[in-house]
Amino acid sequence: MAQDAAISKGFESSAALECVGLACLRGGRILFRGVSLKLGAGEACHVTGPNGLGKSSLIRVIAGLLPAYAGAVTSSGRMALADEKVALDAGQPLARALGHWARLDGSADADISEALAAVDLAHLADVPVRFLSTGQRKRALLARISLSRAGIWLLDEPANGLDTASIARLGDLMARHRAGGGIVLAASHQPLPLDDAQTLPLADFVPAPVLDDPA
Amino acid sequence: MIGALGTLIRRELMLAFGLGGGARGSAGFVMPIIFFLAVATIYPFAVGPDAQLLGRTGGGVIWVAALLASILPIDRLVQADVDQGMIDQYVVRGLSEELIALAKTIGHWLSFGPPLMLAAIISAGLLGQSAEQLIIVEIGLACATPALAALGVMIAALTAGLRHGAALGGLLLLPLAVPLLIFGAGSLTPGSQNGLLLLAAASLLLTVICPIAAGAAIRAGRE
Repeated sequence: MAQDAAISKGFESSAALECVGLACLRGGRILFRGVSLKLGAGEACHVTGPNGLGKSSLIRVIAGLLPAYAGAVTSSGRMALADEKVALDAGQPLARALGHWARLDGSADADISEALAAVDLAHLADVPVRFLSTGQRKRALLARISLSRAGIWLLDEPANGLDTASIARLGDLMARHRAGGGIVLAASHQPLPLDDAQTLPLADFVPAPVLDDPA
Repeated sequence: MIGALGTLIRRELMLAFGLGGGARGSAGFVMPIIFFLAVATIYPFAVGPDAQLLGRTGGGVIWVAALLASILPIDRLVQADVDQGMIDQYVVRGLSEELIALAKTIGHWLSFGPPLMLAAIISAGLLGQSAEQLIIVEIGLACATPALAALGVMIAALTAGLRHGAALGGLLLLPLAVPLLIFGAGSLTPGSQNGLLLLAAASLLLTVICPIAAGAAIRAGRE
């Protein structure tokens, strides 16, 4: 399928991601420690756990946006990050806002319309981002990710705000990405449409609670 | 890296000139210029239409107005990009914070320097400046506006995330811009054209240092 090729092309299929003994210190508190995971081409991992455990911090540590308190991340292949921030200029038409990232990531204009079609937003390409609904923004973000030509997708709560049909599309995108040799690391408190993925229950890596709460 | 720099500058310009409607308000570059012209317009009202007095002091007023105008865009330079997650996305793509700051400086200068220099022609007319004085003002502004843009980006990076960042930005910028004001306005005094050389030197120093400091500030702001 042409779409498959467009979305999975552009990164070497030797994507790999390995974390060894990661720990994260935020606000004087160890959120988690000893997190290790190893993902090769086509593999996926679902980081689970309730809110506030540090799933987002784990993603940001792996993305290099937060320093790891301990441990190391080694990766081969570029990363694409999807968190709660859409990172699309609110005043720009959707296609043009995506175009900024497409240019940075070396994707062609044709890829933008294909990525938009894959998340069912093709009809909104000329609508400024600020007029999109929450779910549409989230899908626009997924389009940005699939345009990124990155081998490693880091997705923080990718299913938040998506309706059933869109969650199925998310599953499609992730499956196609993995079929092309990509890696998906997704953090979510809810079930994700990820087949035979590793599960990382972050709660297992949270230090035992200290009895005298500093708050 | 150069290609990425070009893409970043391109976006800064699209937002500043309001092409396609920017998140920072369409055509954000206009406000500082209108402000600059407004100051030049009200000054004769305050001191009276004495052509000699205006001719002697008008150049200094243009410099003060330029400095004040450079404060206005500060609050929209970095904060919005942090809030939107643009900076995070750049960093994930391996772009350094210094490169981001450099792109912002160049983009900001292009939307601030040349329009200000054009507006200075009108101001010079309103303030009774001679052609020779106008030429010196224009050379001075050409030297100083890159430094004003770089200072603006650095202070925007430092104050991003602070609650009263906009007001603080003005207070921080003015003292740092004093050397530009002294050498710039001083070069208008007859027989002190060396002021332009000192202005160029001060401006070069600020233009080089500020993006590095701004990059460090953006990185520190991420925690």
